Amino acid sequence: MAHASAVLRAEQVSKRFGTVKALDGISLDVAAGECVALIGESGSGKSTLLRCFNRLTDPDSGRVLIDGVDAAGLDPIALRRRIGYVPQEGGLLPHWRVRRNVALVPWLQSQPDATVRADRALGLVGLDTAVLGDRWPAELSGGQRQRVAVARALAAEPRVILLDEPFGALDAITRADLQNTFRRLRGTLGITALLVTHDVQEAVLLADRIAVVRDGRLEQVAPSSELLRSPATEYVRELLRRARAIE
Amino acid sequence: MIAPPFPGSRSWGVLLALGLGSHSVVPAQNAEQRPIVVASKPFGESYILCEMFAQLLEARGFSVDRRPGLGATEIAFGALRTGAIDVYPEYTGTGLLAILHQRPSADPGEVYRKVSREFRERYGVRWLPPLGFQNTYAIAVRRETAQRLKLSTLSDLARAGPTLRAGLTPDFIGRPDGLPGLAGAYGLRFASVRALLPAIKYQALAAGEVDVIDGYSTDGLIARYDLVVLRDDRGFFPPYEAAALVSSLMSQQLPAAVAALSELSGQLNETGMRQLNRRLEVEREPVARVAADALRDLGLVGQASRRETGGRAQGGLGPYLWEQRLTIARLTGRHLFLVAVSLAAAVALALPLGLALERHPRSAESVIRAVGLLQTIPSIALLALMIPLLGIGVIPALVALFLYSLFPILRNTYTGVREAAREAVGAATALGMTPGQVLRYVRLPLAAPIIMAGIRTAAVINVGTATLAAFIGAGGLGDPIASGLALSDTRMILSGALPAALLALAVDGLLGVCEAMVRPAFGGLTPPRRSG
Repeated sequence: MAHASAVLRAEQVSKRFGTVKALDGISLDVAAGECVALIGESGSGKSTLLRCFNRLTDPDSGRVLIDGVDAAGLDPIALRRRIGYVPQEGGLLPHWRVRRNVALVPWLQSQPDATVRADRALGLVGLDTAVLGDRWPAELSGGQRQRVAVARALAAEPRVILLDEPFGALDAITRADLQNTFRRLRGTLGITALLVTHDVQEAVLLADRIAVVRDGRLEQVAPSSELLRSPATEYVRELLRRARAIE
Repeated sequence: MIAPPFPGSRSWGVLLALGLGSHSVVPAQNAEQRPIVVASKPFGESYILCEMFAQLLEARGFSVDRRPGLGATEIAFGALRTGAIDVYPEYTGTGLLAILHQRPSADPGEVYRKVSREFRERYGVRWLPPLGFQNTYAIAVRRETAQRLKLSTLSDLARAGPTLRAGLTPDFIGRPDGLPGLAGAYGLRFASVRALLPAIKYQALAAGEVDVIDGYSTDGLIARYDLVVLRDDRGFFPPYEAAALVSSLMSQQLPAAVAALSELSGQLNETGMRQLNRRLEVEREPVARVAADALRDLGLVGQASRRETGGRAQGGLGPYLWEQRLTIARLTGRHLFLVAVSLAAAVALALPLGLALERHPRSAESVIRAVGLLQTIPSIALLALMIPLLGIGVIPALVALFLYSLFPILRNTYTGVREAAREAVGAATALGMTPGQVLRYVRLPLAAPIIMAGIRTAAVINVGTATLAAFIGAGGLGDPIASGLALSDTRMILSGALPAALLALAVDGLLGVCEAMVRPAFGGLTPPRRSG
C-alpha cells in the first residue's frame, strides 16, 4: 500500500507506554490532498499515531516519514511549525486575544505579516475579524473557539494538518456547521489532513478514507463508501452497526 | 535603650560584601579598639545590669555595643559561647541547672565555685565574682488568697494547690529548676497550669484569672501588686547569684575591661536591686537613667551618663506613640529591610528552583517537602540554631527569614506552572513553541498570579516572624515588643505591635495590587466553558 506521493507515511510503527502497547506495527499512508480519518475506541492508539506525525510522540520502532523524509531526523520544533494542529479542546492561550492566538505559528516563524495572515485565516473559517479579533478566548462560544483553533492551525498555510477529535466537544448543530466549513476549506485549499475521531458519521462526512484502529493495529483501511458497504471484520461491522443505532 | 545601633550598612551591596561569616566577632588586630558587645536577657533586671555594665565600661574608656533583650538563656549563652557577644548578666543557679544540667546545691558559694570551674573548663567562659544579690524564683499569690488559705510557705501551697490555678512563664514550666522540680520536691499539684508571658502574669494574677504565678524575688512588680511571696521552706530553689558572664575572647583580649566590670562585684544588694527594678518596671523610668543613678550612687561613675534621656512619657498610648515616632520610624525601616532582603533572596532562589522542578516532577515533591520541613521548625528554635553558625544580629535573622520564605514561593511556583492551563500548554507545544517559549509565553504568565500569591504569603508571614528577630539582636519592630513584654509595658508592646500589624496589612495590600497587575486580563486561569 506504499504510495509514491505519500505526504504522511507510517511504516511498522510500534509504541509502548509502560506495559501498554499503544501502537503495534501500524503502517499507513496519507496521499497529498487526501483526508484520512482514524476511528476507534478510547485507548485504541489512534491519537498516539497522530502524535507521531508531528513528533509529540516518537515510535519505539518503525519509521514515520514526512514527504518521504524520516521524521526522526527532523527538528521537532521546525516540523511542528509546518504542520497544522487542532486539539480537542481548542487549546487557545487564554491570556492572548483571538488575533494573537491565530498569529501564533507565523509569529513563531518570524513572519513580518503574522497579523495579516491571522486575519486571513479567521476569514477562511468564517469569523468576523473586526468583531472577534480583539476578544479573549473566554468571550467566545465553544463553536467560535474551535473555529479559531482551526484558523490558528491554518494561519501559516501548512500543507498538512492534524486534527485530534476537533469537534468532539460541540453540540450537534455547531458540529455540523464546523464540519461543513472544514469540508469547504479542504476543497478550497487542497490540504492534506489526518483526523482522529470516534464519530463514524464525522469520518464518513469528512474523510476520503477511513482507518479503523483497534488495540494499536489497523482493523481496516478503506474509502468511506467501501467501508460502509463491506466491513472487513466483525469489529468494523459492530462499529458501524452501533453508529447507525445512534443515528 | 530599645534598639541596638545598626551594625552594618543599609546598602545591600555592602551587606552582601560582608559575607555571611564575617558578622560574628573575630579577634581584631587591635583588640583595644573594638566595641565590647554587652547583652542581656529579655527582662527588666537584666536590662538594668546590661546598661550598668555598658555605662561602666564607657566611663572607663571602652566603646560599647549594646544588645539588650536577647532571646532567653539558650540564645544569650549561645551567643556568648560563640563570641558573638562579650558579656551579659547571668545567675549562678541558672548556669548550674539550665546550662550544665547539674543538681542544685543550697550553698551559694559552692554553686558559684562549681559553675566557675565547669564553665571555664567546658566553654572557656568566665564568671566574674557575684554582684552581691540573689534573684531567686518567687512563687507569689494575692494577699487575699494567702490570708484565706493561710499560705506562707511552699509546703502550705502544696496542701492548697489542687484548688488553685497557676499561671507560669513557659520558661518556668519547662526548666528542671522550675515546675517539674518544684512539683517533685513539694508534691505540688495545681487545678490547672496556664503558660503566661511575663508581661501579663502579674495582671492576670491581680485580676483573679490565675491564683499562683512565678516571679523573681527582686521583681519591682511584687510590691506594686501587693503580693505574698511563699517561702521555699525545703530549700528547693538553688542560689541564683547574679554575676557578669564574660566570653573567653573578652577575657583574653580585654583584661582591663574585665577588671573594670569586676568593680561592680559585691556592690549590689537585694533591696537596692528591687528599688532599681521598681524604678524601671513600676515607675517606668528610662533604663539609662536608672543605671546611671545606680552607678553614681555606688561611686563608680562621677557624672550622669551621656546617654541619659528624658523620662518615658506617662499617659495614654497616643502621646507615647507620638513621642516614639522617630524610633518607630527607624524600627519600621529596619523591619522592612529585614523583610525585603530576605524575601528578595527567597524569590531569587525559590522561583528558578520551582521552574526547574517543573521539568523534574519526580524529584519535585521530595525537594518541596524538604523545604516544607523548614517551616515546621519553631522560629525561636531556628534563630537559636543559627547562633553557632552565624552569631547574632542581622545576618542570622535574614537567613532565618529567608528560609521561612522559601516554602510558599517554591510551592506556588511549582504548582502554578505545573497546573497552568494544560490544554494551552499542549497546544502551544504541538504548534511548535520550544519548551523555553512555552515557559515564557504560556506557563509563567498563567502562573504569575499564583506565584505572586506565594510571594505575598511569604511576605506577610515574614513581617510577623521578623518581630522575633529582636531576640537575636537584629532590631526591627520586635524590639519594643520584646522590651515591653519584659517590662510589662503595654504601651511599649503596642508601639511595636501596632506598626507591625499595619506593616503586614500594607505589605499584603501592596502585593495584592501587584498580584492583580500580573493577573492575565482574561480574568481567570480556566476560561468558562460555554457550549454553543
